[in-house]
Amino acid sequence: MSSPLKKLLLIFLLTLAAGYVSLPKEIPLNINYGPVNIEKKIKRHDINISYKDFQIRKEFDLKFGLDLAGGSHLVFEADTSKIEDERKEIAVEGLKNAIERRVNLFGISEPNVQTSSYAGKDRIIVELPGIRDTKQAVDLIGQTAQLVFAEVGTEEEPGIYPTDLTGADLKRADVAFDQTTGKPMVALEFTASGSEKFSRLTAENIGMPLAILLDTEVISAPIVQDQITGGSAQITGDFTIDEVKKLAVQLNAGALPVPVELVEQRTVGATLGAESIEKSVKAGIVGISMVLLFMVLSYGRLGIVADVALIIFGILTLACYKLIPVVLTLPGIAGFLLSVGMAVDSNILIFERFKEEKIKRPYKDALEVSFGRAWDSIRDANIATLTTAFVLANPLDWNFLHTSGPVRGFAITLSLGVILSLFTGIYVTRNLLRVFIKDTKKKGK
Amino acid sequence: MDWLKHKKLYFLISGTAVVLSFLSLLTWGLKLGVDFRGGSIVEYKFSKEISTEKAMEEMTNEGFEINSVQEIGENSYLFRFPALTEIEKDRVASIAAGLDDTGFSEELRFETVGPSVGPELVRKTFYAVFVATGMILLWVAIQFKSFKFGVCAVAAMFYDSFILIGSFSALGHFLKVEVDFLFVTALLITLSFSVHDTIVVFDRIREINKIRRGDLYSVINSAITETMVRSLNNSFTIIFMLIAIILIGGITIRWFAVALLIGIVSGTFSSPFVASPLLASWDGALEKVKKVFFRKKP
Repeated sequence: MSSPLKKLLLIFLLTLAAGYVSLPKEIPLNINYGPVNIEKKIKRHDINISYKDFQIRKEFDLKFGLDLAGGSHLVFEADTSKIEDERKEIAVEGLKNAIERRVNLFGISEPNVQTSSYAGKDRIIVELPGIRDTKQAVDLIGQTAQLVFAEVGTEEEPGIYPTDLTGADLKRADVAFDQTTGKPMVALEFTASGSEKFSRLTAENIGMPLAILLDTEVISAPIVQDQITGGSAQITGDFTIDEVKKLAVQLNAGALPVPVELVEQRTVGATLGAESIEKSVKAGIVGISMVLLFMVLSYGRLGIVADVALIIFGILTLACYKLIPVVLTLPGIAGFLLSVGMAVDSNILIFERFKEEKIKRPYKDALEVSFGRAWDSIRDANIATLTTAFVLANPLDWNFLHTSGPVRGFAITLSLGVILSLFTGIYVTRNLLRVFIKDTKKKGK
Repeated sequence: MDWLKHKKLYFLISGTAVVLSFLSLLTWGLKLGVDFRGGSIVEYKFSKEISTEKAMEEMTNEGFEINSVQEIGENSYLFRFPALTEIEKDRVASIAAGLDDTGFSEELRFETVGPSVGPELVRKTFYAVFVATGMILLWVAIQFKSFKFGVCAVAAMFYDSFILIGSFSALGHFLKVEVDFLFVTALLITLSFSVHDTIVVFDRIREINKIRRGDLYSVINSAITETMVRSLNNSFTIIFMLIAIILIGGITIRWFAVALLIGIVSGTFSSPFVASPLLASWDGALEKVKKVFFRKKP
């Protein structure tokens, strides 16, 4: 068995696996022809393996961005001007946390909240898939976090009674460690007026829990051990370090209230998104067919090989989108379609070279030489494209470059396309041709 | 084939294109979209055609400062305003519903961008172009072990982006096409495609030079001849894809695809007809500059 044939078999298996991943979740199969009447749905299964603690779960579904699935993209700018520089990061972190908690109230799947800080401006980017009525969302998210300490009622009179001790009285909350037990805890520090209120409150509630509410949700209810004067207190307990960190962040969100303002909003209705997908798929099919046809018309048999490689390219790319997963946006689809156009470039370079070389030497040698000679151009040219894609995708999150979705989505699909096209355009085509040429030679003999 | 014989003609064509782009930019400027200048856009779909003039009038009567109403699809219209608040947006929606006899209007899309976002976008675009150009120049210079190749490739690259910007200035004037976020992406892709194409020609120049060390003039001529079909064929495949997007893809990326198309066509032209003639003229021009420089020196 020759080595190119083995490689081809591997490519075939890889394509088959990728092809399976690329399939839609359900394929309706309706055959009504005379007596044959089949109506069923073929289901593609997701990977779901679990063995004891070991679990692999992978869903093979395409993820669509807000512009295709519909939803809202909101950008809030945080006013951190009243907060000391060293506390800014904590304040923004607390704000993000508070917004995340509010967003979760909507009960939507996969909301996304992230911070972006550039040129002294702190922004919170909120992505809400499927939410179109943004008024409620903007109102809720735009609130400044409210931290209130509350007394807890007795068994006869249950309930929570907010006091006048609020986030404004809390200076800061930090993660600390108990001197004797070494356990993590939250250290609180109150302002002068806060200390006074806190002292009074603790005196009245010895042995009772004191609830701490953030936006009307109880985040902690420590039991008061003793009256606390002097303005510093600790919340101790059987906490993990992560729990303590989270609590400190939440407390800071109330202690360092940051007003936010909506600076950017993009909302796309689901109908427009569905229409965009439909149109892009149509454009893609027409465009790809034209490219396939063009290759056959220009290069004959070689063109067919290039077309096979291009189809493999398409299948692999789709599988990669699902596996990574790449969130597909409209510009992302454009990036993919552009990369289809560029994918055949390696083949065109090789085939054009081949036209020259086959005059000089035997068919098979000419083919090998063409691959070798064309490689320099292919490498140099594609690295230039990848360079730009790298700047656009900004994988290192450099703040001075674009960090936003659409440009990134485009760059990611484009770079993925360039990398995969190198594989299919060179490796796959080469092995296809090696096997193909050998066969014709044998037949010739 | 002696491509370089018509060097002056190529420079005349590219020079004219640059001058036209420059004039267009000077007189009409660029029509900036909400991404750059801030503001709101709302896209509504109605049950049938509406009068854009009436829509403008209604909005103005209700006290809204409206910039434009534009038909962008079948019964769908794009309304442009200065930045709207949530409350204002609701009022706009109810006025829009009144524009349709049946009271039907569906909000397809709403975008609002605050004034602080635009300048940041401009700055980030500038940095992106700067970083990408620097990296490409470096890569070409290292790969070809010659600064000359790098400069010529980058010159062709800037030529292509300038033509693209100029074209959109004209498109903005005649067809009210706005420059947005995606345009910036198209611009950067043009940069990379232009270099991609130029590198293939330069690569061939380098290779021929290794084999038969002829004079640069004839080497460049052979290189252009040998890469011409590849260059055209490659561009054709990309152009097919783009034309498909322009004709049947969604309206949202139509102008993005047009921008890419202009960039690709210009990028294909510029490799053999801008970058290569520049490379051929480099030494001659350097000589001339030196002569002038030395002659003028007392």
